[in-house]
Amino acid sequence: MSVLFNEVRKGFYLDSVALMRLSAELTALSGIEEAVLMIGTPSNLQIMRDANILDAAGEEAGPNDLVIAMRADRKASINRALAHAEKGMKGNSAAGKAAEHRARTLRGAAALQPAANLALISTPGEYASLEAQTALDLGLNVMIFSDNVPLERELELKQNARDKGLLVMGPDCGTAYVNGTPLAFANAVNRGATGVVAASGTGLQEFSVLLHRAGGGIRHGIGVGGRDLSDSIGAISTLTAIDLLANDDEVEQIVLISKPPGEATAKKVFDKLSASGKPVIACVFGLDASDMPDGITCARTIKEAAVLASNNPDPQSTQPANSTTAVDLPAIAAGVKVGAGRRSLVGLYTGGTLCTEALIILARAGLKCSSNTGAAGADESAQHRLLDLGADEYTVGRPHPMIEPAVRTPLLEEAINDSAVAVVLLDLVLGYGAHENPAADVIATLAAAEGEKPVIVASVCGTDNDPQNYYSQRAALEGAGVIVCNSNTDAAELCLLILKQANLS
Amino acid sequence: MSAKDLLDDGPNVIGVGLQRFVDDLQSQQVTATSVDWRPPATKDPAVLQATATLTSGDTAKLVDQANDEALQRMLSADPVLMDVNLAAELIEGLGEHKILHAGPPIDWADMCGPMQGAVCGAIVLEGWAKDLDAARKLAESGKINFEPNHHNSAVGPMTGIVTQSMPLMVVENKAFGNHAFCAINEGLGKVMRFGGNDESVLERLRWLESNMGPLLADTLLACEGIGLKNIISRGLSMGDEMHQRNVACTSLVLRELAATMARVSEPEAASEALEFIAGNDQFFLNIAMAMGKAIMDPVRDIGGSSIVTAMARNGTEFGIRVSGCGDQWFTAPVEMPRGLYFPGFTEKDANPDMGDSTIVETVGLGGFAMAASPAVAGFVGAGSAADAMAYTSRMAEITHTRNPEWTIPALDFAGVPSGIDVRKVVSSGVPPTINTGIAHREPGIGQVGAGVVNAPMACFEQACLALSERLAAS
Repeated sequence: MSVLFNEVRKGFYLDSVALMRLSAELTALSGIEEAVLMIGTPSNLQIMRDANILDAAGEEAGPNDLVIAMRADRKASINRALAHAEKGMKGNSAAGKAAEHRARTLRGAAALQPAANLALISTPGEYASLEAQTALDLGLNVMIFSDNVPLERELELKQNARDKGLLVMGPDCGTAYVNGTPLAFANAVNRGATGVVAASGTGLQEFSVLLHRAGGGIRHGIGVGGRDLSDSIGAISTLTAIDLLANDDEVEQIVLISKPPGEATAKKVFDKLSASGKPVIACVFGLDASDMPDGITCARTIKEAAVLASNNPDPQSTQPANSTTAVDLPAIAAGVKVGAGRRSLVGLYTGGTLCTEALIILARAGLKCSSNTGAAGADESAQHRLLDLGADEYTVGRPHPMIEPAVRTPLLEEAINDSAVAVVLLDLVLGYGAHENPAADVIATLAAAEGEKPVIVASVCGTDNDPQNYYSQRAALEGAGVIVCNSNTDAAELCLLILKQANLS
Repeated sequence: MSAKDLLDDGPNVIGVGLQRFVDDLQSQQVTATSVDWRPPATKDPAVLQATATLTSGDTAKLVDQANDEALQRMLSADPVLMDVNLAAELIEGLGEHKILHAGPPIDWADMCGPMQGAVCGAIVLEGWAKDLDAARKLAESGKINFEPNHHNSAVGPMTGIVTQSMPLMVVENKAFGNHAFCAINEGLGKVMRFGGNDESVLERLRWLESNMGPLLADTLLACEGIGLKNIISRGLSMGDEMHQRNVACTSLVLRELAATMARVSEPEAASEALEFIAGNDQFFLNIAMAMGKAIMDPVRDIGGSSIVTAMARNGTEFGIRVSGCGDQWFTAPVEMPRGLYFPGFTEKDANPDMGDSTIVETVGLGGFAMAASPAVAGFVGAGSAADAMAYTSRMAEITHTRNPEWTIPALDFAGVPSGIDVRKVVSSGVPPTINTGIAHREPGIGQVGAGVVNAPMACFEQACLALSERLAAS
């Protein structure tokens, strides 16, 4: 048996929408079958009569009165609902929060932010080119972090940008610095006078970090995407970037870091660099000084490029500031003992360019490695293996290993417990965008392994200003028995020395 | 912003995708915002391709130009409420056994309960059958000729039923010389627009025909019409959005009419008519609808334009028309409104969305002007003023421009978002938001609530496909 309750508040008015909302809130309370708050106009009273919720008390209401009518299971429910109604009728005491509208579209966002000059696009690849085209239409420069953008779309976007005087960084551009500001995966490095053009991510990160340690700094680091220097794209963004750096008075030198360009494209790029009127250092993996025109300084490794760019004659200048031990790789190698029967090197990389650099260093020394990078010098039948875990086959439907290093864990476990593995080579990439503590996973995996382990060599790409802090990451790794080198170049060279010493190369 | 500006000034970033990149920039005091991005609602590759074609390259330029022309016509419209006259006098061919209805074309058998109820009531009103049972048999017999209001320069709220003897208000678009028509709002309670058809409903319709209509006509003639652009402009600053809330505009019109009406008629007749208007906050809705139709009709058929010229529902299907596709309808099943219900009713009682009143959203009012009318935002969500502003800001993402004359004080006098662009609807996945009354699903019961409803995305997807086909063929 339900209870009917009517109350009339004389001379009380609230907007009908507010009353309907309050009615809905009250009806939702437990025990309340129906609650109606209405101003007592004749038509409203009729509606309440039709709903069988008006009693004699309610019938007395006039057009300036509020009727509170409820049907409930018992009186207690009505009392609770009345208390709720009282609160609602007092209105909202807190000041309304300012409208914080987040646009659903790039166009909508651009309308709200007219000073915007760059769209940073990291959607799934299938949508990235349409968003990038919209950005160009809006007059925005574009950084495309997304990968899996079709080659013909990349060409179209870059031609379009060139016509409009805009810059397209990427696709698959993980890192950039614009006017000293790091974008996406990038480290907190000093601002300076060096302008860099780089194919993509970790090459630029490693270079910036080493330059920072050597006392230099970055003004711009323009990522152009891994395919820009191919003959099908023709280095459209690279050429734009070189022009921009050449015309920026605050850029004192230009550095190029990339894989080898396509044959036709190489000449265009080197010509443009030669005509820039500024000192140029080029680190093109696989190319030597004899492959480059006069006037361009060739660096064979990222570390060498950083040392040259720093203008610091001390070859040890790229080591971290508070590193006390002199970097004597042969001495370190001499102190390492490879267990009997262990014969192979396994490299597990989160940074693609770092993996390529290591491959090139090992290949130059005659060490054959298998790899998934497609880099020159890879040999599928080799006993040594370097893997880029950021490649598509490892990241489909999963985050990049720089964001989620756990992707590496099962492979690391396997390598550590493999009695044929002599050396494991790792990279840890710090900085904005990267995982907050990439060392933790490596350390936990090492701690969980029993018995004799292979030698673990790593480099940490990061600075003291990075959110993760270089020194604490490095110290944690060293505490777990990892040999931490000052650069990926050093780490690869140390591996080489260890393998040579054990007659495994 | 040229590439050189980017390098000289440093980045000012809009992020599309991963939020952490934007967070990192903000932590370094770099100006960066993120788009609340999500993939397109459709997975249909043909639709995606059509939308991409319409939004890129030369085709986009052509469509943009056509849309500029469409908006130029919309914004230069000069709608004036001029007259009231019998439907038979205004609409050619509207005679015996012909009934106009809301929304895209529909047959009797597919009509929802309220629309069938209204049809039966109109048949009795016109004397084509002696009672409601006979009226239903006549309608079922196929001897009634049904046509959409939109095919006859007319619009009607909810069921939108119009027959020969009903008085229609006439809005003239002085800038283009075209006319549009809408019935006089019947008021609250049992009314034909919600499918009501009993004697009280027909009695009121007869009174509108014999008393209210002629009196309103005389008054409008004497005051040489009422300009509507200014009324809307003032109404927006007084809290109306002209779909669910018309109390300010109704009052403004009453003020325009009162003195003249007192002069041209007997005191008792004037008193009765003014009382009728004053007793119905929604009186102005039907004027706003005729105005919307008068504004949008000259925008039809601009080659290549992706601007929506009509949105209308017949209680079964939602239909839109797009300028570049002429009079073609793109239809999809209507959605159910979300909102608040009158006592004794729940969403179980609700009829699907219905009526031509969405012409109001088509010109940038209603759900598009929610920021002007925070009270209305209470029908959905938390009902804060911030919510209301978010609705309007969202609609600005799917429209061509803002109306410089119809401004919203709470948005620092930004204009209402105007000119719905089907390309933007599909590529953003943001459907137009419509403020609406909710009818009972059974005929004759009337309004049971109010709320908001989304226009179905499928209409806009079809329109993109059709427009890109037309452009490819031309």
